[in-house]
Amino acid sequence: MMASIEEIQNQIVEDFSFLPQWEERYAYLIELGQKLQPLPDEKRMDENLVRGCQSTVWLHRECQDGRVYLQSDSDSLIVKGLAALLLDVFSGQPAEAVLKADLTFFDETGLNRHLSSQRANGLMAMIDEIKTFAAECAAGEV
Amino acid sequence: MTLNIDKIRSDFPILKSSVNGKPLVYLDNAATTQKPQTVIDAITQYYTKYNSNIHRGTHHLSNLATEAHEAARKTIQTYINAQSSHEVIFTRGTTEAINLVAYAFGEAYVNAGDEVIVTEMDHHSNFVPWQMMCERRRAHFRVIPFDANGDLKLDVFANLLNDRTRIVAFNHVSNSLGTINPAREIIRMAHEAGAAVLVDAAQSVQHIDHDVQALDADFYAFSGHKIYGPTGIGILYGKESWLEAMPPYQGGGEMIDLVSIDKTTYNKLPFKYEAGTPNIVGPIGLAAAIDYLNTMDYDEIMAHEDETLEYAREQLLGIDGLTLYGNSNHRTSILAFNIEGIHHYDLGTLLDTQGVAVRTGHHCTQPIMTALGIEGTVRASLALYNNRSDIDALVAGIHHVKKMLGK
Ligand SMILES: Cc1ncc(COP(=O)(O)O)c(C=O)c1O
Repeated sequence: MMASIEEIQNQIVEDFSFLPQWEERYAYLIELGQKLQPLPDEKRMDENLVRGCQSTVWLHRECQDGRVYLQSDSDSLIVKGLAALLLDVFSGQPAEAVLKADLTFFDETGLNRHLSSQRANGLMAMIDEIKTFAAECAAGEV
Repeated sequence: MTLNIDKIRSDFPILKSSVNGKPLVYLDNAATTQKPQTVIDAITQYYTKYNSNIHRGTHHLSNLATEAHEAARKTIQTYINAQSSHEVIFTRGTTEAINLVAYAFGEAYVNAGDEVIVTEMDHHSNFVPWQMMCERRRAHFRVIPFDANGDLKLDVFANLLNDRTRIVAFNHVSNSLGTINPAREIIRMAHEAGAAVLVDAAQSVQHIDHDVQALDADFYAFSGHKIYGPTGIGILYGKESWLEAMPPYQGGGEMIDLVSIDKTTYNKLPFKYEAGTPNIVGPIGLAAAIDYLNTMDYDEIMAHEDETLEYAREQLLGIDGLTLYGNSNHRTSILAFNIEGIHHYDLGTLLDTQGVAVRTGHHCTQPIMTALGIEGTVRASLALYNNRSDIDALVAGIHHVKKMLGK
């Protein structure tokens, strides 16, 4: 069985707790970003672009049997690492659960406070897109 | 006497801070500058000793506040060498000053088929208000392009000028390229064609020539917070003849003479353009910043800033894979760059972990980024208090990030 959103978030918080220095945390994010499967060219289309980012971010969304499946990519490795965390938490989860989920790990890891601005890195926009898509998926609209 | 930069640094309390356990290296001065203690003290003094509404009080504190607020206008007048202090209008910042002119000048002088010229290197604040005005007045919006070095193409400008050109607006210094535009020449050309000129001095007033009469600018706009003063105060200088002739921008208290149901008449300059209770302390803080600068020799400030800039360019150009943007021979204070294979956002974020504050992105100049064919840059920008150690920290930081990312 797949771990729940809450369990995954707790795991992320624990992983970060082993990395006291911010530089180590970024190095970890970058590593996560580098490991993320690159998005195939045919999914790098305008409708997958997330607005409001300093970097270019793609978010590909699919809904299957009431679950949300996500792929993402970015030209910034840090943003890609953040996207990898979001995918870890949300991709493959039931749309209902994604919709209801409280995203706590950004606060608990301190990522929230530390990242220069959510508007700049587009995290907020990504989360909004994921939530909107989850609502459509749960309602059987996609 | 040469400037004592260590002493100057000690005048800015924030420069003693640490960020992420490292001493702060503040290189985001084009976004906003830090404030010397004298500015902080002037603001505190105002609130602790004589806070009061101005221009209408009958009491002691109101008189003190009015006096300080109006004395500040004189200090600013002298700094930019305006002929009269009533040509100095207080605004919220450069952006509001430009919007004021775009509105009031547009209403008075721009009609369908007329033309307005800006440049491809203008900040969105000196771009969008003119676009909006052109739409409202059904005028044509024209743009002077820049060349590979980041210099304006004055031959194109000459061809754009004609008898329908009503106003030309340009930044004296580009916040993304550091180019110092040939202001006097641009203004002369515009005037010969019968057009008025607005100079966006947000990035120049603290570094270079800021004599509005020598420039012969019709309008001149800048922000207090980029010249060591507080946020929320900006200056619009306008030649008296224009300011008298244009309609007010906003209505309300302070800007009126007589109000009746049938008709309202407006106050005299500068109050005609200052509706409502103004930012009272803002000008006081800005005047304190100018008083602080006035304790130094301008030529020495410029020489120090130039020396730091050229040192920085040399050091940065020594880094493998680094591209510097903006290579005009006339330049100041801005270092915009990218490093091959590293996203500007990643570089900026990782520099921050080392205490180095820079800015990344398009810097509110998307047309420049489009012209350069890039998404954004890292931008380090200098002020009076920056020295070679700051540049060395930046360069060491970049090497560190390169190593971390295997580039
Ligand atoms: C050239 C230029 N013009 C205008 C502005 C806008 O200034 P403010 O945001 O203080 O109104 C800036 C600020 O970044 C600038 O660099």
